[in-house]
Formats: sequence, structure tokens, C-alpha cells
Amino acid sequence: MIAEIGQLSLILALCTCALMLFIPILSIQFQNESWLRLSAPLALNQLFFACFSFVCLSLCFVFDDFSVKYVAQNSNSLLPLIYKVSAVWGAHEGSLLLWIFVLSGWTAAVAFLGANITVKFRSHVLSVLAAVSISFLLFLILTSNPFDRILPIAPEDGGDLNPLLQDFGLIVHPPLLYMGYVGLAVPFAFAVALLFSERYEKVKMSWCRPWINVSWAFLTAGITLGSWWAYYELGWGGWWFWDPVENASLMPWLVATALMHSASVSEKKGTVVSWTILLAILAFSLSLLGTFLVRSGILTSVHAFASDPERGIFLLIIFIVLVGSSLFLFALKGHHLVSKPASKGWTREFFIIMNNMLLVSITTIILIGTLYPLLSDILNLGKISVGPPYFDFFFVPTTIAIAVFMGMSVSSRWNNGNFDESLQRVVLPGFASIALGLVTVVVIDFTSSSYDFSWQALITIMVASWIVLTLCEDIVAKIRSDKLKILKNKSYLGMTLAHTGLALLILGVGLSNSYSVQSDLLMSPGKRANVAGYDFLFKELIKSDGPNYQSRKGIFEVSYNDRDQGVLIPEKRSYFSGRDIMTEAGIRTNILKDIYVSLGESVDSDSWSVRLYVKPMVRFIWIGGFLIACGGILASLNRRNVKVSSLNS
Amino acid sequence: MRKIFLIFPLILFITITIFLYKGLENDPSHLPSALIGKNLPQFELETLLDREQITDKDILLDEPFLLNVWATWCYACRLEHAMLNELATEGIIIVGLNYKDDRNLANDWLNQRGNPYLFSIFDSNGSLGFDLGVYGAPETYLVDRKGVIRHKRVGIVDEHIWLSEFQELYLSLKGQNE
Amino acid sequence: MKKFTFFLTFVFSVHLNAEKLIEFSDVTYLERYQKLIKELRCPKCQNQNIADSNSPISKDLRKEITILLERGLDDDQIKIELASRYSDFILYDPKFGKQTYFLWLTPLLIFLFGFWFIFSMFVKREVNQAKQEDKHQ
Repeated sequence: MIAEIGQLSLILALCTCALMLFIPILSIQFQNESWLRLSAPLALNQLFFACFSFVCLSLCFVFDDFSVKYVAQNSNSLLPLIYKVSAVWGAHEGSLLLWIFVLSGWTAAVAFLGANITVKFRSHVLSVLAAVSISFLLFLILTSNPFDRILPIAPEDGGDLNPLLQDFGLIVHPPLLYMGYVGLAVPFAFAVALLFSERYEKVKMSWCRPWINVSWAFLTAGITLGSWWAYYELGWGGWWFWDPVENASLMPWLVATALMHSASVSEKKGTVVSWTILLAILAFSLSLLGTFLVRSGILTSVHAFASDPERGIFLLIIFIVLVGSSLFLFALKGHHLVSKPASKGWTREFFIIMNNMLLVSITTIILIGTLYPLLSDILNLGKISVGPPYFDFFFVPTTIAIAVFMGMSVSSRWNNGNFDESLQRVVLPGFASIALGLVTVVVIDFTSSSYDFSWQALITIMVASWIVLTLCEDIVAKIRSDKLKILKNKSYLGMTLAHTGLALLILGVGLSNSYSVQSDLLMSPGKRANVAGYDFLFKELIKSDGPNYQSRKGIFEVSYNDRDQGVLIPEKRSYFSGRDIMTEAGIRTNILKDIYVSLGESVDSDSWSVRLYVKPMVRFIWIGGFLIACGGILASLNRRNVKVSSLNS
Repeated sequence: MRKIFLIFPLILFITITIFLYKGLENDPSHLPSALIGKNLPQFELETLLDREQITDKDILLDEPFLLNVWATWCYACRLEHAMLNELATEGIIIVGLNYKDDRNLANDWLNQRGNPYLFSIFDSNGSLGFDLGVYGAPETYLVDRKGVIRHKRVGIVDEHIWLSEFQELYLSLKGQNE
Repeated sequence: MKKFTFFLTFVFSVHLNAEKLIEFSDVTYLERYQKLIKELRCPKCQNQNIADSNSPISKDLRKEITILLERGLDDDQIKIELASRYSDFILYDPKFGKQTYFLWLTPLLIFLFGFWFIFSMFVKREVNQAKQEDKHQ
């Protein structure tokens, strides 16, 4: 019964959206602007129905209703309650329902938050969002209904939730990621509505910016969490694999990053408006493309959902309708968005647009790399793979260039781009970061026997300190000139936080790559090993069972120069429901250094292949990612934007 | 000039979409063999049943034949076996490659389920399998009478696969023979 | 001092040292081995390199690499040797060739186009504006 109510609720949500889509047309038809006031309550209705439907599916899971096919496939009576709830978004159908729930949330937020746009424009934005909702609701109801029953005989017990997903990281990762993916629909709807209105107004861009920031921040958090999860759960010690599905999340992130910055230029200077609008369309398009790639089975990936050609074609149609029509609109009406010519000289605008270009270029390259195996196959050029070496080859130098321009942009002004002045300001940070890099690397080389001189580390430290030092210089200069007023500017603080986060991220990536020490060993209880000065003693192997799995735990005592560093407990789980075997790495961290043990497989009765890692600075990757996300949220709280724009309107 | 730029993203989008559409018909897990058109790799192994020495020169038969990679630990091979028996009764020569298996278990398997193979090559450490580029049993190769590999199928060969992928090629190779 | 404490733990501990999973006759081989196994794709798995995959075929490939390394082949030769059996599909670093012109060359075109775009937006326009101002004067 619950399932049927949930199903009905979905159909009601679809009807609400259909009405919301046509509100602007109805208002023109009846020449009555008060129609437009209906959009907001409709958005709230949609949220209600979507939420209700989501709750219904959750209840089916909680009450173990195995007559519902989706529940039977992805849950099990032994599954702990928390995983029963998170299993709702554990596979294709339910995660799509989450997608729609989140989209409804964003739609309702657009209807009731951020007060300073006209009712008419808001109604147009909501109408576009309704179009997106309709597409996905139809997709859900027609091809991937999570409420389908197995009739007449329901199974007694379900299969199980994919063991990979029975983990805290995977409870939180999809909702965060979807908040980001789907949140990009708001700037997209904004761009389309703006193209319709044929007139650019600064107020509208001010209205849009917080939405970009917040969805971008969620996307950042989602990706960061995903990579952290891969690090501790997959047992390979890696955190990014350039897998198609990872690329599918990185591409919208990169474009959204460009969008966030170009939107600030468009708002402040009234320039590059059509570029900003294009980016807003592209960011969401890439998030749709990601959805298509992950769910159509068109590419092989570790993370892809089980595929179904029918779904693939449906998603492709959604992609064509939404993206095709908006790009068509852009081609048709883009020239109406008249903006001022770009500012002269070495302004902040110049550097931001420069980085915009680099971000979009590298996104295109990632897109080519991701789709090339497909392309090569279709053109009968043979099956090939494009992997980390290709992506790193282009991504690393581009990132360095972006970091350099980032420092320059912080040190330059919005108006009056005097090259000499900018240069004067960056001389000190520039030399300081070169010196800092050299000193650190040489000191590490001399004091520690485990680490050799590394070019990668040198460049990493120089780049990261360049970002931080130019920021410091700017803060000092600002405090001198306007006496702490700058510390109240949330937009500025958010920027500082996010840029510092990026510096930490770069440090983490570069240093953990160049200074990690790895050792693959054959160990049995009682054996010890030394890796980078750390002494690992494999004390014993114990058996212990979880609610729905058997587990072997290795107990490893770690010491450094005879000082106890604690116990690591890597785990190997085999789940009852399938033959799946999961690895849980044992990790100990003191922020600066991670010690990592993962069990491979048993070679004979009590010998195990064991992978030991000492990874310096690897934590900085996720701390950095977290700071970047916080920066995005902080910047979106900026009051000044709101005041200025309400004055203008 | 400006308008050209505005239409540029749309053109790019259309191109990508066409490829994505084509890609939907694609099977990304299908992997072609690097050895099509090449000779069978050299090897020196024993036969499964009689433990006779056998090398790559010994399997230059006067007819095209199928080389079927199988093992008792491979569940899908069980499903495939009936089809192989049927092909053998039709007079098609099948050579087995017993891959990373136990000799006794393998012989028992053939006694129980029937032996469609002219003979089986016993490749206990998988060295010939490795040289062939085997990555999962069952795999079936169509080899012509000069010992050149003409076609490869990873996975079960059933009625449908035989008719669509093998039969025509097999008959034409056989025709050349006469 | 560091060495001395290490010596002490070594002498007084009853625990034996663990064996290396792979041992090479030359120390530089290990580094090359670890790099190689990360750049080769497991043909059977979804999308994993042979360093991370535990499938039987990955083990075979890893073993073959140790043999080829000991035989003195260089990295490219090893890749070609393995690709001759498992096709270019297993190479994560696609070779530059007819198949991959588009893959390797378009990035350069994209960057060129990008820089040209920036140039025409900021520099050329500035020059044009300056010219116009001159004319007005």
C-alpha cells in the first residue's frame, strides 16, 4: 500500500510540475500577471509530493517490504537500520528519486529564498526548473520505477545492499554530490530565463551568484568525500583514478568553478555576460552528461550503475531536449545580452578570464579523454584505454598555470590594471615562495634518509606557497588601507578560505605523491616490517563477525623509534549475501602523515599479502577540499550583494 | 563574427550527441583479440588424457577447427558444454585448452559430460593461455588450417553466437580447403 | 642514534622480518615495476589497473612483468610485449599514432584557440580602441 501511495505521489508531483511549466505562458494567454504568483506555491507542492514519495520508499525499506522489487534487490532483513535507509539511494531507481527530491528542494528554495528578483523573472526560472523536473519524473516513472512490485509471490528475503555502499562515506556522499549536481540546475534555469528576457541586468546576476556558490560548494564536498571514501575503503591507497565516473563529477565542478568567477566579473563589471550565461548552461549540461554516462552503461567504470539500453536512450533524449534547446536558444538570442567590452590592461578581470579559459580547456580535454575510447571504437580505430598518464599529462601543468594566475588575480585590481603595480606587489610573495620551496625540499632531503630530492615536491611547495603568500600580501594591504573592514566582507573571506583550501589540496596531492613509501609484503602473525622508519608488527589475526558479514581483522602494532604509534586494524569482510569481499584499510593519522595497512589475500593458511604505506600530507587533500567547500558557503552568505541589489531594484 | 561564436557550442553539442547515440549500441566490455590474423603462439605442453608431448606444430590440422578454453572451476563452461558436444557430433573439430586446472578433475568432467574435444591441451600454469591473451574462461578461437587465428569469442558460445559469429566464417574456411 | 635503536629492536626482538612479495635482482626494477603495473589495465575488470586488481589475470600479468624486467627489457618493450597479446586496450597511456592523433593533438588546438580568444578579447580590442582614439584626435 505504501508503495502505491508513493507512486501516486510521484504522479502528482509530475502534474504539479506540468502546471508550473506553463504558468508564464498562461499569464501571457490571459494577460494577467497575477498568474505568475502561482509558481511559488506550486514549487512548494512539488517539494511536498517528492518528499512524500521519498519517505514512502524509505518506509518500504524500513519495514522490509520485499514485494517491492527495488527493496528486494537492495536490502536484506539482516541489514542494519541505518543502511536500510541509505539503501534507498543505493542503486539506480532510488538514487534517481533522491535526484528528484533534491531538485524539488532547490526549486522550492528558489521560490522562497533570495527575495530580490521580480515575480515574473522568478516564475520564468521556476518554469525552466519544472521542465527539468518533468524530464526526470517521466524517466523515473516510465523506465525506472522504484515502486514496482514483484507479484504474485514476494521473496522471503532480499538480496543485499552492495557491500561497497555499506559504509558511512557512502551514506553521505550521494546526497551531497546530488545537491551539487542538481543545484547547478538553478544557474542553468537562470541562464535560460535570462536568454528569454533578452535583457541583461546586474541585479539578476547578483541574485544568481549565491546559488552558484552553494551548489558548487556541495559539489566540492561531494567529490571530496567520494575520494576520501575511495582511499579508506578500496584498499589501494589511491584517492583519484581518473575513472569515467569520477571525471563525470569533476567536469561540472571545473566549469562551475569558472562560472562562479566569471559571474563575479559579470556582476561587478558588466562584461563577459554571454560567456557567463554559456558557462551556466554548460555546467548543468555536464552534470546531465555525467548522469547519462554513469547510468547508460556506455563506458566501463568501477562505479557505474547496472545498465539498461532503454534507460540510456531515454537519458540521451532528456540530454538532447534540455541541453540542445538551451544551446539553440543561446545561439539564437545570445547576442541580445549586450555587455561592455573587456576592461583594459592587467586587471583582475583579465586574470580571472584567463583562468576561465584554462578551466574550460582542461574540462574539454578531460571530456575528450573520457569519451575517446568510445569514439575510437565507433570509428573502428580499435579499442583503446585512456587513463591516468594521459590526464595527468595535461591536468598537472594546467593546474600550475591556474595557480600562478590565481595569485596574480588576487594581487591585481578590478579597475586600472597597471602592470608595474601588480608586479611590484607579487615580487615579494614570488621570491618568498621560491625560497620556501627550495629550503623545505633541501631540508627534507638532508634530514631524512627515507626521502630523496624530488622536483615534484619542489614545484608543489612553490605553487602552494605562492597562492597563500599572495593572499597574505593582499590581506595585509587591505587591512592597512581600510582598517579591518575587509574582515567583515564574507565574500572576500570565502574567497580567501577557498583559495587557501586549494593550496592545501595541492600540497597534499604533490607531497603525498612524491614522498609516499609503499611496501608489498608477505606477512604472517609474528612477522614485522619496517617502512620509512615505521616498524609494523603483525601481532595476530582475529575473526569477528558483523551483522551480515564475516570478518578477519589483522592487528598491527606500529612504532617509530620505539615510540608506540598505536594499533592499526585492517579488515577483510566477506558478506553473506554474495561472494563479495570487501577491504577496510587500517589507517592511523596525525594530520601530517598517514600510516596505512591493507590486507590483500591469504597466500597460504596464515600468510597474507599485506600492503603498507606511509603517506605524508595525504590528509591535506581532504582538509583542502573541505575548506574549499566552506569558502563557497561563506561567500554565498555575503550581505553586501543583497543590499546593493535591492537598492538597484 | 560574434554570432558564429554563439552557434559554436550548439555544433559541438550535436557532434557529441551523435557519438553518444552511436555509443549506446556499443558493448564496452567486448574486447577484441590482438591475435586475430596471427599464428597460434608456440608452446610445448602435454595432452590432458594421454600425457603426450604436444607442440604448436602438432595442431596444424587439415581443417579449420575451434580452440576452446575451458576449466572445471569455470561455471559458464558447464553451460557451454552441451553446445560443444552438439558441434562435435556435427563433425566440427574442437581442440580443448584445459586452462589452469587439475588433471584428474578435468578427466572426470569429460567422462561425466562427454568429450567433444579431439584432444585437450593440458595447460596447468596457464602459460599458453597467457600467450593467447586469455582473460576468462570460456573463450573460443576459430583457427584455420594454417594455424592462423581468425576469430575469438570471450564467453559462452551458444546456438545464437555460433550462427551469427562463427558458422559463416567456418564454412568459408572449410570451403577453401577443398 | 637512529641506527642504534634500530639495531637494538632488531637484536632483541623475537619477531622475524616479513618477506618481500616480489624481489628483484636490481633495486631499480622495483620502482619501474610499481610504475608499470599502474599504467596497465586489467583486461577483465571494469576499470582497474593491474596493481589494484586481484583478479587472476592481473596476477599473471604482474608475474610476466617481473619476468620481462629480469630479462632486461625496457618499459616500452614490456608494454609492447604485453599489448601484443592483450591488445592496446590494456595500455592506460595510449601510444601516439594513427589511432590517437585526435586524442593527443586536440588538446594543443584547444589551448591555442583559448589563448587566441583571450588575446582577441583583451589585447587586440585594446589596440583597436587605441587606434580609434587616435583617429578621433
